[in-house]
Amino acid sequence: MDWTDDAIVLSLRRHGESAAIAELLTREHGRHMGLVRGSSRRHGATLQPGSTVRATWRARLEDHLGTWTIEPAKSRAGILLGEAAALAGLTSACAVTSLSLPERENHRPLYDALEVLADAFEAVEVWPALYVRWELGLLAELGFGLELEACAVTGVSQDLTHVSPRTGRAVCQAEAAPYKGRLLALPGFLRGQAARGPTDERAGDMNPHDVLDGLVLTGHFLETRVWRPHGKVEPEARQRLARRLEKLAQTGRIIE
Amino acid sequence: MASGTEIEQLINLLAKLPGLGPRSARRAALQLIKKKEALLLPLADAMAEAAEKVISCSICGNVDTVDPCAICASPRRDKSIICVVEEVGDLWALERSGVMGGLYHVLGGTLSALDGIGPDDLNVAGLVLRSEARQVKEVILAMNATVDGQTTAHYITDRVEHAEVKVTRLAHGVPVGGELDYLDDGTLAAALKARREF
Repeated sequence: MDWTDDAIVLSLRRHGESAAIAELLTREHGRHMGLVRGSSRRHGATLQPGSTVRATWRARLEDHLGTWTIEPAKSRAGILLGEAAALAGLTSACAVTSLSLPERENHRPLYDALEVLADAFEAVEVWPALYVRWELGLLAELGFGLELEACAVTGVSQDLTHVSPRTGRAVCQAEAAPYKGRLLALPGFLRGQAARGPTDERAGDMNPHDVLDGLVLTGHFLETRVWRPHGKVEPEARQRLARRLEKLAQTGRIIE
Repeated sequence: MASGTEIEQLINLLAKLPGLGPRSARRAALQLIKKKEALLLPLADAMAEAAEKVISCSICGNVDTVDPCAICASPRRDKSIICVVEEVGDLWALERSGVMGGLYHVLGGTLSALDGIGPDDLNVAGLVLRSEARQVKEVILAMNATVDGQTTAHYITDRVEHAEVKVTRLAHGVPVGGELDYLDDGTLAAALKARREF
């Protein structure tokens, strides 16, 4: 059996001397592994995480590991190698995808979103916020979407400033006030312009700390709802991304 | 089994070496047996001696029969430059080029979340200590031009930022003899981005 699909490279692990096991997120077949025959060095440039490829998977039976035949489509690593923060974002996105998605389960919206995110790493102004939105989308796709449109207590859609770590629902500023220490901050850029209220002037805006708040928000729900139930922990690549963005936030720059 | 267990054992061990499969290991074993005096015994002696004497340099992580290694101990080396490489094989590659006159530091791999290799698994602390020495002026990051290699390079840059050293990295781009038509677009993009005045 065989099929051909567009795919984004998530990881590459050397297998023996002249082969590698490539993990790809395919458009129609989800996260999928396979053996790449021939020298892994020959495919080195093509099979860097974040690259888009045209991949053909072949195996005798469906539950076999199978082999990939890879054609390069779009390489992204080359231009990002010198950009520390963008590279951290790219590796984090690939690691989070790899850790969170079940194998061989179609998640077309996530493929499309990762493609958009991977392209955005060159646009230094937008990718940090887009990354947080992408993780929110990942949660939603896996069935753990957050409800950020209205306050869980009052139902109002304005002045939303926090999120309940238990329910994943937004809470307005007035209701959140007594419990601020126990709630997660809802970043301005996730509230949206429509939600701007009289006491919420930062709604729709983005500053360095908002991105960090966003990472804490999505990180909490990924940890508690996606990774921990399966005995997994936050990938180190994501921790490095958070540390790098934190460092940039301290200098007042979210991007380099 | 066409031969004794000792020979099969020899073939099995040879087959584990890079570049050798079962068939080529069988040929190599046969050649060794045929030329016992000229090949097998000297090779066995050389391997036994290497196993006994080869150690890892406590300064740079290179392999040698003395500690510090010949490179670290050489008075002709420029001690103001430390070239950081992933593996000993990379150090040997740079030595083959004959253009690196400084010292080395072997990390022992790259950061890799997938393989569970974190900063503590690499020889980064030793590099930070070395880079703080007064005589060190430059740290060259000679990692592979891969996502893992450059992620490690950025991490090291952060770790040595408190030391007053210049941090440089190898250029990325068109290889010598490379034809643009055959290069992948990532390499071309990196080359264009790193272009310089001519």
